[in-house]
Amino acid sequence: MMMNAIVFLIPLFPLLGFLVLGAGIRVIPRKVTALLAPGMILLSLISTLVLFIGFHPSTASQVHQLFSWIRIGPLDIPFAFLIDPLSILMLLIVTGIGFVIHVYSVGYMKEDPGFNRFFSYMNLFVFSMLLLVMGANYPVMFIGWEGVGLCSYLLIGFWFKNHEFNNAAKKAFIMNRIGDLGFLMGMFLIFTTFHSLDYQVVFDHARGMTPGNPVLAGITLLLFIGAAGKSAQIPLYTWLPDAMAGPTPVSALIHAATMVTAGIYMVARSNILYILSPATMAVIGITGLATALLAAFIAIFQNDIKKILAYSTISQLGYMFVGLSAGAFTGAMFHLTTHAFFKALLFLGAGSVIHALGGEQDIRKMGGLKQAMPKTYRTFMAATVAIAGIPPLSGFFSKDEILAKAFEYSPLLWVFAVAGSLMTAFYMFRLLFLTFSGDFRGTEAKRAHLHESPAVMTIPLVILAILATFGGLINLPALFGGNAGLEYFLEPVFAASGSVAAHGTPLPPATQWLLMGVTLAGVLAMAAWAWKRYTAQHRGLLPDDAPRTFAERVGRNKIYIDELYQLVVVRPLMWLSKFFYEIVELRFIDRIVNGVGSLVVRTGNTVRYIQTGNVGFYMFVMILGIILILFFNILI
Amino acid sequence: MLTIILILFPLALSLATLLLKKEQALRFFVLGGALIEFGIMVAAFVQYRTSCHCQLLFRAGWLTNMGISLKFGMDGISLLLVALTTFLVPIIILSSFSHTYRRPATFYSLLLFMEMALVGVFTAFDGMMFYIFWEMALIPAYFICAVWGGNDRIRITFKFFIYTFAGSLLMLVALIYLYFSTPFPHSYDIQDLYAAVLTPGEQTWIFLAFFVAFAVKIPVFPFHTWQPDTYTESPAAGSMLLAGIMLKMGIYGMIRWMLPICHVAVHRWGPAALVLAVAGIVYASVIALRQKDMKRLVAYSSIAHVGLIAAGVLVLTIHAMQGAVIQMVSHGINIVGLFLVIDLVEQRTKTRNITDLGGLALKAPRLAIFFMLILLGSIALPLTNGFVGEFLLLLGIFEYSALFSAIAGVTVIFSAVYMLWMYQRTMLGPANDITAEVRDLSRVEMAALIPLIIMIFWIGIAPGFFLDTALPDVMTILSYAR
Amino acid sequence: MSTLSAIPISYYLVFCSILFCIGVTGVLIKRNALLILMSVELMINSINLLLAAFSAYTNDPAGQIFVFFIMVVAAAEVAIGLAIVVLIYRTTHSIDIDVLNKLKW
Repeated sequence: MMMNAIVFLIPLFPLLGFLVLGAGIRVIPRKVTALLAPGMILLSLISTLVLFIGFHPSTASQVHQLFSWIRIGPLDIPFAFLIDPLSILMLLIVTGIGFVIHVYSVGYMKEDPGFNRFFSYMNLFVFSMLLLVMGANYPVMFIGWEGVGLCSYLLIGFWFKNHEFNNAAKKAFIMNRIGDLGFLMGMFLIFTTFHSLDYQVVFDHARGMTPGNPVLAGITLLLFIGAAGKSAQIPLYTWLPDAMAGPTPVSALIHAATMVTAGIYMVARSNILYILSPATMAVIGITGLATALLAAFIAIFQNDIKKILAYSTISQLGYMFVGLSAGAFTGAMFHLTTHAFFKALLFLGAGSVIHALGGEQDIRKMGGLKQAMPKTYRTFMAATVAIAGIPPLSGFFSKDEILAKAFEYSPLLWVFAVAGSLMTAFYMFRLLFLTFSGDFRGTEAKRAHLHESPAVMTIPLVILAILATFGGLINLPALFGGNAGLEYFLEPVFAASGSVAAHGTPLPPATQWLLMGVTLAGVLAMAAWAWKRYTAQHRGLLPDDAPRTFAERVGRNKIYIDELYQLVVVRPLMWLSKFFYEIVELRFIDRIVNGVGSLVVRTGNTVRYIQTGNVGFYMFVMILGIILILFFNILI
Repeated sequence: MLTIILILFPLALSLATLLLKKEQALRFFVLGGALIEFGIMVAAFVQYRTSCHCQLLFRAGWLTNMGISLKFGMDGISLLLVALTTFLVPIIILSSFSHTYRRPATFYSLLLFMEMALVGVFTAFDGMMFYIFWEMALIPAYFICAVWGGNDRIRITFKFFIYTFAGSLLMLVALIYLYFSTPFPHSYDIQDLYAAVLTPGEQTWIFLAFFVAFAVKIPVFPFHTWQPDTYTESPAAGSMLLAGIMLKMGIYGMIRWMLPICHVAVHRWGPAALVLAVAGIVYASVIALRQKDMKRLVAYSSIAHVGLIAAGVLVLTIHAMQGAVIQMVSHGINIVGLFLVIDLVEQRTKTRNITDLGGLALKAPRLAIFFMLILLGSIALPLTNGFVGEFLLLLGIFEYSALFSAIAGVTVIFSAVYMLWMYQRTMLGPANDITAEVRDLSRVEMAALIPLIIMIFWIGIAPGFFLDTALPDVMTILSYAR
Repeated sequence: MSTLSAIPISYYLVFCSILFCIGVTGVLIKRNALLILMSVELMINSINLLLAAFSAYTNDPAGQIFVFFIMVVAAAEVAIGLAIVVLIYRTTHSIDIDVLNKLKW
């Protein structure tokens, strides 16, 4: 009972926060909001921690039902929460990072007139995200799934006076919706196949199916469309860079740490379905790898600090999908966790920089900030080292685990993945050096204005930096004398897939050391190159209209994918709309309808001339009529 | 007994309204009356739920030698629709208070008369009664639009009247034909009509007649061209009545009369009709993408949404049928909300042109919030009413054919596209000359909107109450139709 | 009675047909409204005679009762018809039906 109550309390706090803030949006003073909104998340976090401490991974997963949501005969969708290691891990990430970012936002949004509105949306987001990860069946996950999409929409377009931001928000929502349709269809196929949408029932049934079952392939592919939308994979990734229009804490929380990882969570949650569909796994692997490489490539050529991080997020999400496709569910979840730490930190650091520069986001106008903002610099550096995969920071371990699995799966996959991770190191160090080292390249007014952010913003940075640095310890592999804690913790969730999956022979330690060494050497070389190029030689700071090589042009313009979509999807659709309305609707269908009316009128107009007014003619016709009637009477 | 009171009470109100002269007293009287009617409805609901399957039947002879009787009753499906009607009419009346109409007594009298006719349609258990009330509903609708409508009202409402009337006549023919096919002694009683003996050929003709009649009313592509014009030209109250309640008559007619009576033909020709419905969803959604007039945009979105409902009715699966019933209620609520918001915008800015507006959220944040909430219901976000309906409908259609479901599902995407576009262009962005000095919602306007919002979330979060009410009767209809 | 039945029924038929055709022809070719009315009377009377003849032939009085009805109706019709013709003449000074073609289209 006690347990039950705590489970319901976790999402209840943010919901309460949202409702209170939403209702009193004009009357609640800022100071109260500044305590209330993070406070609610803190309460959630505490509840989660209590749940976590009282939870033992070996205990069976628990389902807590709140009420019956939709029930018609066999279709029974309870509003129920599932508590198992996977959801607890996600809960910890969401509430933990959510809390830190809420605290940070208090400082970041201090001057904003929409302070209350911002925090009500943020609380609503955390609530939705909690539903997403806690749901005990697909529809409840879908509530959260669409809910976070809505919050993302509201927060990207938070500064709604600017139509460009609004367009970005709309784009994010619509692209997510395309994925959501896939998710919906996936759910329907699950229901028609298993006659239930409950995780436990579905997974239990699926366990008995043969690998390669076409229905399972269909289900997993449809669900993956949803995941591709939410987690910004090819072909539905273009919304995420635009989503940087939102306030920076939003980018950190929603578009880096939590919401965009929903796709990974969903695949990990449905691991048994995926492990039984090798075809889908191959699709996921190719998509993930392609996305990882493509986004990393684009990131190299971007100059907007947040856009670089956005492409980096897309790229890292691609890695997670690569990990999933290689069957490394724990590895993917591990990387998801560490990524949440260091990417949130990167965004918050970027926010701190933007804050200090009064809204400037172009890294060409930054530089030399390490003196002015030492705390931001140090934490940002920690995150950069972590994401680049340099030991002993967290990113190294999680990325290494995925790379090792990829090598087991196919050495070719490993080669590409390493190429991506070299690019990651390059653009991240480029970002770091251009922003923090060298001389300040902005205006004098801005130089005078430079300042370290207040404590309310730097303390979250420090907390996240600690997590990003030591986060790797939660799943330290045996190779380094660790106990692979996360692996052990998540074991019950992935056990069934583990027994189904074909066991590749684990790599011998020597090979592992070798692969690691090669990767690490490459990463360090990249860092050095970036340092040489951007700090020592000050290259790559071309103005917008400078002549560029072909590769630079393509990368700068994001490989023209947005233009391509405009050409292939948006324009034809608009043309079709015009065609339907102006030609089919007005000139064809409506004309037929009106035509029937005017036909009657025209017939009447023609036929009325028979009424000549000549009585003799009438009588003649009358008699003719009588004769005809008689005649036909005889005939019939 | 309650059933017949539900029909007669608005009629009495409608007549009494004509006697009133003072506008203030008139408003008070009309709104009070409509609320009492809603109260009666609640009583009927309670009675129905506590003693299930009593059907609240009322029966009296009338033209007995012609087989016509005054048979009215309510099963779960009727009950929900009558509840919808009696719930929406007070809101529509309340929303009309901000307008100063010419001849207000006549206007409100017609509104109440319309309510009577709609309740009659949803409760008639006699074929001829159904037809009579069906046509009776058209008369006030015509006058409301033709007298208080926009500039082009005469031509548009004439078309609307003739179009829907022509469809209804087909239904009359079908009913009379059915009458002569019922077992002796002939009657129009619903049970007798269900028992009518028909050859497959006859079924096909009856089906066609019914389908065209209902398809015009719903409207299903390609019988829809009267609808956008009429919604656009009608006064706000007229649009709400037409879109919120009147088009449910068509879907209700399909469920109550068409499916059980010509079930053989439904199985045979249903797929063809389904193709029309699904094509209409895509067609109307695509057209809505480029509309500039808010009302016209909502009108096309409505064609898409009801196309989905019609498709759900035609696939004959329990989930789709339940979805159709719940979505009828949800759509009624959402579209009335949308028209209400559009009317509020138009009152403030004197325009409905999306490209002229913008930045309303700055001066009228409450309006923007309410608009957003209704919009969420309309684009079927989970935990709003639209989601329950669309989820069940698409699931039911999926059980019939995955392909149709996927095509119909594009409404999920498109509705987000055009609705968010409309929202962005009207509410968000910088303010301009037109929108710079708008005022926010008044208490009365909020009072009209809040019940709608409550319903959006009630149905979305706890649809069980509504689903359970309709379930036994949906099963019955399906058992006839199979 | 005896005279009627003494003549074979076929004579009546031929006679009445001829009479009816004369009436029809008169209606069709005459332009004077008065004469048309008279021709109509001729047709009615040919029917009357035929009804009377058949009544005698079949020994059924119903036919003769019918004749009385028709005579009453015809009288009323002529009265109204003539009144209309008179009124028309007063206003147009003509009873030529070709001139009276204002009621058209």
